[in-house]
This record gives sequence, structure tokens and C-alpha cells, in this order.
Amino acid sequence: MSEMSSNIVLVILITSFATYLSRFLGVISSEKIKETSKVFKWFNCIAYSVLAALIARMVFFPAGDLAESDILIRLFVVIASVALFLFTKKNLVYPTFLSAILLALINNYL
Amino acid sequence: MINSKYFFQGFKSIKGLDSPALALGASFIAIGALLKNIGFNLEQSIFSTFLTYALPGSLVMAESFLVGASLINIFLAVWLVNTRLYPMTVALMPLLLHKSQPRWKYYLSCHFIAVSAWLIMKNNYQTVEKKHRIDFWIGIGAGTWLTAIASTIIGFLASDYLNKDMMIGLAIVNPVYFTCMMVGAMKNLQINLSIILGAILGPAFFFVSPEWSILYGGVSAGTIAYFIGVFK
Repeated sequence: MSEMSSNIVLVILITSFATYLSRFLGVISSEKIKETSKVFKWFNCIAYSVLAALIARMVFFPAGDLAESDILIRLFVVIASVALFLFTKKNLVYPTFLSAILLALINNYL
Repeated sequence: MINSKYFFQGFKSIKGLDSPALALGASFIAIGALLKNIGFNLEQSIFSTFLTYALPGSLVMAESFLVGASLINIFLAVWLVNTRLYPMTVALMPLLLHKSQPRWKYYLSCHFIAVSAWLIMKNNYQTVEKKHRIDFWIGIGAGTWLTAIASTIIGFLASDYLNKDMMIGLAIVNPVYFTCMMVGAMKNLQINLSIILGAILGPAFFFVSPEWSILYGGVSAGTIAYFIGVFK
């Protein structure tokens, strides 16, 4: 068991190092980049695109428990939640709350 | 040191109507439960969120650990899924850099760069003058990070009471919250195109390479959007 738990600690340390690396290199690169520069604007576009790609992937090709729900149901829940977000003048609490209940209900009873 | 007025102004972003607390809470409760199920103890689960604080990275770690992947493979898998943090950092830090502020604040606070804190900062940085933005950012980061740690603890402790349907419900909250935040962030042609093209090309590249789809899709979509914005 102690070998197992020291292994877990190592896994955590390696995961956090692999994660911090991109953040740290980002700070180093930022020191030479002005917010008015073309490079900054380009990276800004990429940052938003990468996030959109990540989120779309979570909906279309999810990992873990979410993969056990139907893709049409997931899409319906996301669209309904965004509609509620826009309808409530960009309140984020209602759509997030609704989405969990909606998905669990539809997934269970449909 | 840190200007407490701006720190708390940022810290308070975890409450209110556009609070990320619910979404962060839901996803890290799921992480806490997941880590317990794969054999982590409470201290290790807390330690994991404390040090990593990036949801996709933690999921990849858990998956790799379960299948008994080697440490080098875990490193590569996590690094790959979290490389998105590099463009995110480059798109954020130049807005916060100020000569009067010490470097350590930037090196430490980049740990808080994750989707929710990043989107809040990008939507609100103009409300704070440049000199104080780093303290405002540390406040936002500390608030979201502590929410994630507290939720990991709750998820770990509550895991026996969370059934499959509840876990599926929790898992949709994060993409829904992020989608709403992204829709809220759409305010000029370049950003709108970046978001729409990214959402199309990301899943499209999944058929070419699942591991690289986010980077391929994101970099190509962002580059196309940038040039359309320049020539328009």
C-alpha cells in the first residue's frame, strides 16, 4: 500500500508539473508581447478557438460519465441552457442549475 | 505586496449572478468522487486539485492512472491536453503586466489560469486600471481555486451518495457554463469567428486525431479568424 500511495503522489506531482509548464512558459513569452501587437491579437484568437474546441469536444465526444448520455440529448440541453442564458439577460446561475437537472431527468426517463 | 482592495474585488467574483462557483463546484465535486473511486485518499485528492487546478488535466490523469500508464506517458498526455493553457496565458498576461509589480506575482498567479478564471478576467479586466490588474487577477484566481479545492473535498466525501444519473448531471454543468460564458464573450468579429470556427473545427479534427484535435482545431480556427479580421 505504501508503494501504491507514493506512486499516487508521484502521479500528482507529474500531472501538476505538466500543467504548470504551459502556464509558466506563457508568462515568459508574455514579457515580450505588447497587448497592442499583432502577435497578441493572434494568440487572443487562438486562445478563444482552443477553448471553443475544448468545450465542443466535451459536448460531442465527452469522456467519463457524460459519454453514457445520448448526443442529441446533450445538444438539446446545451441549446436550451444557452437560450435561457440569453433570455434571462445573461444570468449564469439558472442555465447551469437547469442543465444538470434537465440532463439527469431526460437521460433517466426518455 | 498585494493590494487588498483589488484582491477582494476579484475574489468577490465567485458570488453573484455570473458566478462560476456552481459550475466549478459541480465539476470538482465530480473530480473528488472520481479520485476517491480510483483509490486516492482525501489528502491526495486535495493535493491534486491544489497543485493542478485544471479539469481536463485531472481527468486525463485519472484515466491514465486507471489503465496503469507509465509516468512518462501520464506526463505527455497531461501536457498535451493542457497546452491550451499556453495561448490562454499569452492572451492574458500582457494585459496584466506592469513595471511596478514584482515578477513573483506573475509566476505564482499563472497557476490560476483555467477556463473559468480566465473568462472572468477577460470579460472584466477593463474595469481595473493596469497597475492593479494583477492583484485583481490574484483575487479572482484565489476565489475560483479555493472553490475548486472545497468542491473536491465535498465530492470525495459525498461520493457514496452520488449515483450515475447525478454524476451525468454534474458533468454537463461545466460545458454548459463555458458555452454560456463564451456566448457572453462574443463582442467583435475576430472573437466571434474564433469561437464559432473553433467549435466546428475542434470536433472535426477529432476524426483525424482525437489527442491533437483541440490543438489542431483551435490553432487553425484562431489563425483563420485572425486573418479574416485583419483583411475585413
